[in-house]
Amino acid sequence: MKQIMFEQLNETLYHKTLDNGLNVYILPKQGFNKTYATFTTLYGSVDNHFIPIGAKEPLKVPDGIAHFLEHKMFEDEDGDVFQLFSKQGAQANAFTSFTRTAYLFSSTTEVEKNLVTLLDFVQHPYFTPESVEKEKGIIGQEIKMYDDNSDWRLYFGVIENMYVNHPVKIDIAGTVESIDQITKDLLYTCYETFYHPKNMVLFIVGSIDPEEIMKLVIANQAKKTFKEIAAIERIFADEPPTVANKKQILKMAVHTPKCLVGFKEKDPNKQGQDLLKHELCINILLDLMFGQSSNNYATLYNQGLIDDSFSFDYSAEKGFGFSIIGGDTKDPDQLVETLEEMIQTFIQKPLDDNMVKRAIKKKIGTFMRSLNSPEYIANQFTRYQFNAMNLFDVIGTLENLTKEELEEKAKGHFDPKMFTVCQVLPK
Amino acid sequence: MDLSLNGMNLHIVETTKYKTNTIVLHIKSPLAKETVTKRALLPYILQSGTKSFPTRQEIRSYLDELYGATLQVDVGKKGENQIITFRMDVTNEKYLNKQTPLLEEALKLLAEILLKPITENGVFTEAIVANEKRNLKQRIHSIFDDKIRYANMRLLEEMCKEEPYGLSVWGYEEEIDAITPKLLFEQYNKLLKNDEIDLYIVGDVTPEKIEAVVKNSFSFPIERQPFQTEETKQIKKAQETVIIEEQEVKQGKLHIGLRTNTTYKDNDYYAIQLFNGLFGGFSHSKLFINVREKASLAYYASSRFESHKGLLMVMSGIEFENYEKAVAIIKEQLINMQKGDFSEKEIAQTKAVMKNQILETVDVPKGYVELLYQNAVAKHSRTIEDWLQGIDRVTKEDMIKVGQKITLDTIYFLKGKEGK
Repeated sequence: MKQIMFEQLNETLYHKTLDNGLNVYILPKQGFNKTYATFTTLYGSVDNHFIPIGAKEPLKVPDGIAHFLEHKMFEDEDGDVFQLFSKQGAQANAFTSFTRTAYLFSSTTEVEKNLVTLLDFVQHPYFTPESVEKEKGIIGQEIKMYDDNSDWRLYFGVIENMYVNHPVKIDIAGTVESIDQITKDLLYTCYETFYHPKNMVLFIVGSIDPEEIMKLVIANQAKKTFKEIAAIERIFADEPPTVANKKQILKMAVHTPKCLVGFKEKDPNKQGQDLLKHELCINILLDLMFGQSSNNYATLYNQGLIDDSFSFDYSAEKGFGFSIIGGDTKDPDQLVETLEEMIQTFIQKPLDDNMVKRAIKKKIGTFMRSLNSPEYIANQFTRYQFNAMNLFDVIGTLENLTKEELEEKAKGHFDPKMFTVCQVLPK
Repeated sequence: MDLSLNGMNLHIVETTKYKTNTIVLHIKSPLAKETVTKRALLPYILQSGTKSFPTRQEIRSYLDELYGATLQVDVGKKGENQIITFRMDVTNEKYLNKQTPLLEEALKLLAEILLKPITENGVFTEAIVANEKRNLKQRIHSIFDDKIRYANMRLLEEMCKEEPYGLSVWGYEEEIDAITPKLLFEQYNKLLKNDEIDLYIVGDVTPEKIEAVVKNSFSFPIERQPFQTEETKQIKKAQETVIIEEQEVKQGKLHIGLRTNTTYKDNDYYAIQLFNGLFGGFSHSKLFINVREKASLAYYASSRFESHKGLLMVMSGIEFENYEKAVAIIKEQLINMQKGDFSEKEIAQTKAVMKNQILETVDVPKGYVELLYQNAVAKHSRTIEDWLQGIDRVTKEDMIKVGQKITLDTIYFLKGKEGK
């Protein structure tokens, strides 16, 4: 077991790659009541075209199957795994993103039992035709709940605008029609391919003894056998360096219009330190442009073009990335015009040294705050790991960013060719 | 540590768990139709400019300078009270290898925001008030745009028509235009004089130092005479009300309001918490299993208990045509539990997850403060130890007894438009 110290943060991380390929990370947090664990596979909604384990031909699977599989993992021969967790005083949950499926629990007692339950249920698929059919009703309602959620529709609308081919443009849960095509055999195929320990990370954070916990995980994994696998082959069509749609308007039962603008990432194959630096830079640039202390924010706010719902964010994974800016607005077209102008003016002017320093300070403080949260640490660390980055490199990387790097990134990312707009307007 | 200082209640929680220090300021006053809209505006006016930082932008720049300290304002409801809240969070300088006393600076800023707003002609500035009036209208509209929130608000409006609890804490759009800077400033002065104020500080702190800073910074311009909390009155209705409304939605939002006739102060409080937990609070609950898992009618089906008013709210998203079916299942679950149709095993399970939830809540600074503030609102103290032991002591008989006090009051259903 490797031990990695982060002195300034007063944290020590323990790591081991097990014989079956599973990467296990343990972060002891003294003083906390709770232990939080995530068991995550590098498999999400974008992995819809691949060569199944043991097969030769590629297979295209129905939209929403990764998320459907996540729901079905909670059932086994004895019923519902939630029941077992709650008997052991734990709260369990799971989520599916574009690139990952994570299973998790938190508990303040019986941590070892709960950890074994987590490992065992995720490594034990059990699907029947009846249970698959029953789940279609439940997920159908989940899809409809999001259909009525204007913020959700807007966010996915702007991403859909950006991509011509990449499956990130497809809704994570799929549609009522697409999930209807899901069968128990398809679920097994996806499971066998993507839930191999080599494709997974286990992260445990809480007031725990790292040696004991590692022993427990090793013993649990040693009892199970897994097929030998080579690297998983995922198939992605080429994505042109332009946006698919410049603008999309959705009509919904709202009083206030909503508007998001986005920039699609031009070079979405960055990994490791390269990606870490890139995403920190774009986030700082967004904050300099539109943070609550910026001139632009004050102007937009005083003109009544934005309110508290205004926000911005950059996300990137292997294969895709985007920045998204906006919120509720009384005049969505005026907002688009003003944002475009502000962005173009911003990238042409040199940055102010003091403001850059302040934005970096702010980012460091925000990162410190997020380390209060076991959920953040486990989920983000796993995400960073899957992209060959290390969460604990954030502060060092921030401290070394220069004004010149930021200026260069600004010109590269905020390219009018990659710009797109999505609006929700009252019906 | 709790003490009374400058007419406020100061609560300090010392812990080394976190990399930041947290400040929460709660300001409480009785909910009333005449004041609710003005009070919903006040925190947003106050965070928009002070004597030393005259604009929102200058306040925000200073927060960034303090290593991205956060400042959030909010308006909420506890029982028949409207609560204005300011929350701040600052990095502990220990982890930055810096000497700047960030917590002290943050406290001073908060005091300035509360006590030294920027003024013109002795009242709030016209421009700030105009901006925030516009934003409040927007905030009220946004409730309509979020259908689950909207349905919940409509349920309470209908159910508590005759009670302050039925008021929306964001106030009423038609009242906004008539609000002037002068009227708002009068309301602000009343707040300073009469509202009950609780200040919480959580982190790796030295209480004596904090006390000194608070004493110096939070000096009120007027003699404070805080009100006492408004008592909740329990209403009994002869029969249940059903309200069905239509909008362009794809999924029906079913919200049901029940009266438990039990609140935070009561001896059977832990029993009602457990009853709610097993009824609809968790993923092993009756609602989750019967509405979702067995009948496959919904993705979410849960219930929530409001401690100070004693209401229990059920919510679920369903197909329009499944309305009768879902209501029947929900009612059946309630009746079965009132009859005692649940096992010791289920009780043990609910106790385990509920105790876990309490312990997890105190791992989050804001969660801890929330738990402590319940005591202040109810004027009834329950420590973490009390909670854990109280939950353990509840028997099946206690749960049946408390369950039999529950009555169904109002069913609200938001469905799609006819013919669409």
